Amino acid sequence: MRVSVTVNGTQRQVDDVWEGESLLYVLRERMGLPGSKNACEQGECGSCTVYLDGVSVCACLVAAGQAAGRDVRTVEGLAADDGAHALREAFVEAGAVQCGFCTPGLIVAAHDLLERVPRPDDAEIREALAGNLCRCTGYEQILDAVRRAAERTVG
Amino acid sequence: MEFLRPRTWNEAVAVKAAHPEALALAGGTDVMVELNFDRTRPASLLDLTGVDDLAHWALDGDVLRLGAGVTYSRVVDELGFALPGLATASRTVGSPQIRNRGTIAGNLGSASPAGDAHPALLAAGAEVEVESVRGVRHVPVAEFFAGPKRHVLEPDELIKAILVRPASGPQEFAKIGTRNAMVIAVCSFGLALHPHARRVGTGIGSAAATPRRALDAERFVSEELDWQGRGPLPDGVARRFGELVAHAAEPIDDGRGTARYRVHALAVMARRTLGWAWAAYRKG
Ligand SMILES: Cc1cc2nc3c(=O)[nH]c(=O)nc-3n(C[C@H](O)[C@H](O)[C@H](O)COP(=O)(O)OP(=O)(O)OC[C@H]3O[C@@H](n4cnc5c(N)ncnc54)[C@H](O)[C@@H]3O)c2cc1C
Ligand code: FES
Ligand code: FES
Repeated sequence: MRVSVTVNGTQRQVDDVWEGESLLYVLRERMGLPGSKNACEQGECGSCTVYLDGVSVCACLVAAGQAAGRDVRTVEGLAADDGAHALREAFVEAGAVQCGFCTPGLIVAAHDLLERVPRPDDAEIREALAGNLCRCTGYEQILDAVRRAAERTVG
Repeated sequence: MEFLRPRTWNEAVAVKAAHPEALALAGGTDVMVELNFDRTRPASLLDLTGVDDLAHWALDGDVLRLGAGVTYSRVVDELGFALPGLATASRTVGSPQIRNRGTIAGNLGSASPAGDAHPALLAAGAEVEVESVRGVRHVPVAEFFAGPKRHVLEPDELIKAILVRPASGPQEFAKIGTRNAMVIAVCSFGLALHPHARRVGTGIGSAAATPRRALDAERFVSEELDWQGRGPLPDGVARRFGELVAHAAEPIDDGRGTARYRVHALAVMARRTLGWAWAAYRKG
């Protein structure tokens, strides 16, 4: 089937999409947007987190056809975003990136948190990132990075 | 495979009648896992997220109508007051990404004995509004489940809404899991006080072939409580209530826990949730 969807502000159209295919597959394999990672395909790891109509979701659990006519924002679409910029810098400074596989999903999830709650407490940060797994860092550096980014963006 | 995408509820019902084999698709948090892992290959998918009306809730007289498209996140954000038990249960589901997408109706559709919405809906006395081209029927949640992952929907039927009275008293939900996020319940328990009817509602999760009420426990405790005077919990009532709840369960041993542990944990959760709810009721 054909799927038309707005991705990072641009209207895109892809053909020959299998009806049971995920939005994640379409983004990575058909649109050349590999920022969203594919690890578990069952909603457990959060490395595929994207915005769908402004709401953070696991792209692996959205059927491509469900995204038709909707607005998708991936980690690539956050390139010029101030909040995401602060997050990226804070992640690097805090040592929150080791292999980096979990990072794009965490950036989107943390971005979503800071958009809703500019000054989150630790419990709020933990809750917001509960759906994102990291096998390297042990999470402390990630929490630290989000705290730093929050301080900076609020000023 | 076909991807069917109705734009209105009437169209959805008509499409389901024409394609009874079509698998309904809401938030996809259960269905997409099955598809991604090749565990199911339905002839067609019936996507309900294009039906805008479904994602709304509204008060209809003294009943709250929760459209089938309402997600856990919406319940947490918007219905904490009206449906505190369901909102508490919703907060424990998966992660933000799962709650943003997963629906209460999808939880019913999957009919897992461990589904977190079920104990809260049972305790609150909710009904499922089911529709097909043949008509509308209302199924009490207690009669909705037919076995593990089975329910009473006919192939041409869809869930349109969940009907539940806004809370008239305190409601509680407790869940046992290995950590705070992203866990399927080892077992769970929902409790609702209905002061007008002087009745306590219960719901047991993940401790029988289907979610179920603890009827003897409800009858016992409803009679023992000092509804009028709002006095303290009479001696031994909470303990006996816990025993009766545990008695209503028929759990099995599985990867998440043993039957013995589940029975024990249920008695503890029942006792505690009753204590919390009654203390809140006494404060008024
Ligand atoms: C990582 C992860 C964590 C999870 N954590 C939890 C948890 O903590 N607690 C919990 O209870 N569940 C959990 N789940 C399971 C799942 O999120 C829930 O069961 C959710 O409520 C399913 O809703 P959905 O809208 O995503 O349903 P879908 O996956 O779209 O559908 C589920 C089933 O319901 C049917 N259905 C959907 N809508 C209708 C309708 N209107 N009429 C008739 N049938 C319908 C579908 O055909 C399908 O059989 C988790 C899942 C994942 C992937
Ligand atoms: S790949 Fe989507 S949550 Fe893991
Ligand atoms: S940095 Fe390697 S998974 Fe998180």
